Amino acid sequence: MTAMRSASRREFLRQCLTGAAALSTSQLAPAQQAAQTAKSTKSRVVVARDPMLRGTGSTVDAGRMQALLDRAMQALFNRGHSGESPLAAWRRLVGPGDRVGLKVNTLGGRGISSNLSLVEAICERLQQAGIKPGDIVVWDRDSDEMERAGFKLATGGDRVQCFGTDRADYEEDLSAYGSVGSRLSRILTRYTNVLINVPVLKDHDGAGVTIALKNMYGVIHNPNKYHPNGCDPYIADLNMLPEIRSRMKLVVCDATTAMYEGGPGFKPKHSWKADSLLVSQDPVALDSTGWQTIERKRAEMGLKTLEAEKRAPRYIATAADSEHRLGHCDPSRIAVVEG
Amino acid sequence: MKAKSVAIENLAGTSADPRSFDRRSFLKCALASGAALGTGKLAAPAAAVPMAATSALSGAATQSDAQFTFEARFYEKLPGRKIRCKLCPRECIVGDKERGYCGVRENRGGTYFTLVHSRVCAAHIDPIEKKPLFHYLPGTNAFSIATAGCNVNCKFCQNWDISQSRPEEIPADYISPHQAAAVAQQYNCPTIAYTYSEPVVFAEYLMDTADAGHAAGVRSIVVSNGYMQHDALEQAYGKMDAVKIDLKAFTESYYAKVVTGQLKPVLETLVTLRKMGKWTEIVYLVIPTLNDDETEFRGLAQWIKANLGPDVPLHFTQFHPEYLLKNLPITPVPTLERAKAIADAEGLHYVYIGNVPGHPSQNTYCPQCRKMLVERVGFTASKMLIRKDSTCPFCRHKIPGIWHA
Repeated sequence: MTAMRSASRREFLRQCLTGAAALSTSQLAPAQQAAQTAKSTKSRVVVARDPMLRGTGSTVDAGRMQALLDRAMQALFNRGHSGESPLAAWRRLVGPGDRVGLKVNTLGGRGISSNLSLVEAICERLQQAGIKPGDIVVWDRDSDEMERAGFKLATGGDRVQCFGTDRADYEEDLSAYGSVGSRLSRILTRYTNVLINVPVLKDHDGAGVTIALKNMYGVIHNPNKYHPNGCDPYIADLNMLPEIRSRMKLVVCDATTAMYEGGPGFKPKHSWKADSLLVSQDPVALDSTGWQTIERKRAEMGLKTLEAEKRAPRYIATAADSEHRLGHCDPSRIAVVEG
Repeated sequence: MKAKSVAIENLAGTSADPRSFDRRSFLKCALASGAALGTGKLAAPAAAVPMAATSALSGAATQSDAQFTFEARFYEKLPGRKIRCKLCPRECIVGDKERGYCGVRENRGGTYFTLVHSRVCAAHIDPIEKKPLFHYLPGTNAFSIATAGCNVNCKFCQNWDISQSRPEEIPADYISPHQAAAVAQQYNCPTIAYTYSEPVVFAEYLMDTADAGHAAGVRSIVVSNGYMQHDALEQAYGKMDAVKIDLKAFTESYYAKVVTGQLKPVLETLVTLRKMGKWTEIVYLVIPTLNDDETEFRGLAQWIKANLGPDVPLHFTQFHPEYLLKNLPITPVPTLERAKAIADAEGLHYVYIGNVPGHPSQNTYCPQCRKMLVERVGFTASKMLIRKDSTCPFCRHKIPGIWHA
């Protein structure tokens, strides 16, 4: 501070502005970075599949899930460095001292919620990357819903934390952008500085599809207000909130079991075992890719397109528009990579 | 989150409970003494009251969600375990495990439930002038209650922390319809008021409480946005003794952008209430730059006179920045006076200015002899001269309203 005081005004401003520039670049959320470099690069979406994910049974094999996740992360981050360990990918994302929240989706109960083996695999790699167990929070809106989806609640102690916003409450003050004014989960705002979004690939009767962007409805106190008009522009506006945007580092979409119709509640007859993961740092590109996955399955099952049913997820394009710039939805700007 | 001990209506910071109790203390005291006072007088339990609650007059208590959950009355079942809500014009089609726009009604396996029956998150004893109802039992108090939830999302909402929340997100107490009636009796409130948030969304509780209140000699009044389907309106507000409707603006564009609703159904509600013979007053919150155009004031006044008659009280009230409209200023008093002048000129007989303490247009004047009949200071009716037969003591002109219990 002494040195700063003795600096001339011009030097002081130059130092501040240089620092600010460096700060703003390093703190950009991945989606912003993706958008910023849009002219030169595409957003990568890794689609990793393991036909033997369940072995000979019906439940996901934990070992194969870990391997599938590693493959996906390596494909996303270790381009040209195939010899690197899976941990290298995670270390590009997080480091010691980070407090990481895994926003899962448990609305659909055991049938169609974020897969437990997937969440465990992520937590395993985060710890190996230097994150303390107590600095990892697996969370959703409601603890009861999480338990119904098979999660075991855990609070306190040196272990991975697992609980709903009902245990932490929402912020008193509103966060607002565009059409959205909401109180945010304190788990997001007070417990974490890194957000890993772990949605499920699902059809949604109102929004068309619910994948990464819509999973943020579980972060706010009033999601019911934002379902009109196919959730457009509400989903895009919500994802613009700085508290969400600045933390969102990665989306790991669970498509082990997915739904092509009848969502968001679990309808066994409209679900299929895709045994896949979709991974990206661009939630718009991931949603766009996931939407097309659902459309292909709908076609295979002889169903109309979501557009024909007048429930195409228009919010994806809104999230990519010039006002939001949350990522890319133009296929020419998305590189879908098989992991 | 802190408990909401003070609910606000119209004017921020002016609605403190007169006894300075917080909500829970107030309810516990009231209900504990009400038990001794009222059990013998109360009517048989209303149909929707859970069995566990019928002997719960020993005090308000926070209950499990199941205690507040009853099948909703206004909906129809659709294929695929979906439902269509028939409570408000929004007609939410709600999938299994999802909620309607209001956030307080949930589809569980194809059956629609209200989650807020007897789930009271705000309770106060307010002067009836604070609703505001100026032509209905002036100088009396109303036992005023609310649950979470609302079927619109006004960007200026003064009570957004309860109206825009889900019930599980805010502290609440169990108050059965009979308990509400008992508290009203105990505190000499001739009315129970359903207010603060949006009573449309707790229609079942409102209906049961109105029945319990009437059986105990307590009337019911509702403060509502009027955004409601016709059948639900007739059934629910048919049980009300007086109604105050917030007519938020007189343009559809305002309703779409600022309210997230529609104007037309609200106008239809006003006409229906008129046909039902319900005493109705209208509040129009004037927000600078958004709904303060002279042509809008004139159109509103002309519509009221043509469709409801000149005797419906119309309150132009002052806006205070809140919720998502903190960027706008308080409504200038001259704007409110201009609105009143236009409505007066169009031939409405009872046009008031609200939220401006001490303004002479809070008083009621005889439209014939122009003498003051009810003087109001803040939310208190300090002088009431209207005769038992509802006439002006000076010229005997009939003054519409319910002036005496």
